[in-house]
Amino acid sequence: MPKMNLSHFEASLLFALFASVVLGVITKRTDSERLRYGLRCFAYFIAALVGLGWLMRLGHG
Amino acid sequence: MATDQNKTSAPPVRSWAPVVGLGWLIPGGGHFLLKRTGRGTLLLVSVLSMFLLGLMMRGAMFQPQTGDILTTIIYVGGFLGDLASGLLYLLATWLGYSQPDMAGHVHDYGTKFLVAAGLLNILAMVDAYEIAIGKKD
Repeated sequence: MPKMNLSHFEASLLFALFASVVLGVITKRTDSERLRYGLRCFAYFIAALVGLGWLMRLGHG
Repeated sequence: MATDQNKTSAPPVRSWAPVVGLGWLIPGGGHFLLKRTGRGTLLLVSVLSMFLLGLMMRGAMFQPQTGDILTTIIYVGGFLGDLASGLLYLLATWLGYSQPDMAGHVHDYGTKFLVAAGLLNILAMVDAYEIAIGKKD
């Protein structure tokens, strides 16, 4: 099994992607609703990622 | 009485047990059994990718430990999360994957990816259960 080195951002991005796909697939009733919900979850993940990243940077000084 | 009216008969185990069992062993398997091939494929690809990424990042598998409440929650919960990946977890451990818990953000992400793959598979199993009992389309 090859070893993989990812940055924080890359790992978080992949996590957000796969989690959003699953949340989209299992949650809603129609395909268009699922797609929209999955995209919205992904956007929330990214917003939280960037927001918390800046918060930690500002908090760290 | 209100409590009598709220009582509903439980769905027969035979209607959902094979779906949930297969869904545990093979991520998305329950959906395949219910002929939801597209959704099953998406679930399989997502959970499998997350698990493989966790292995490639050399994440650690949790072993159940008890002690104080926090240790119990973390280690037993983590073990259950790993175990929820089904055949992926069983194959990885049977083939000798045994990564010690090491310092470093990549290993740490790997550990979280392995647990998250199992937790996402639990969500997929719940969805398959709801379809099997007719609660969902």
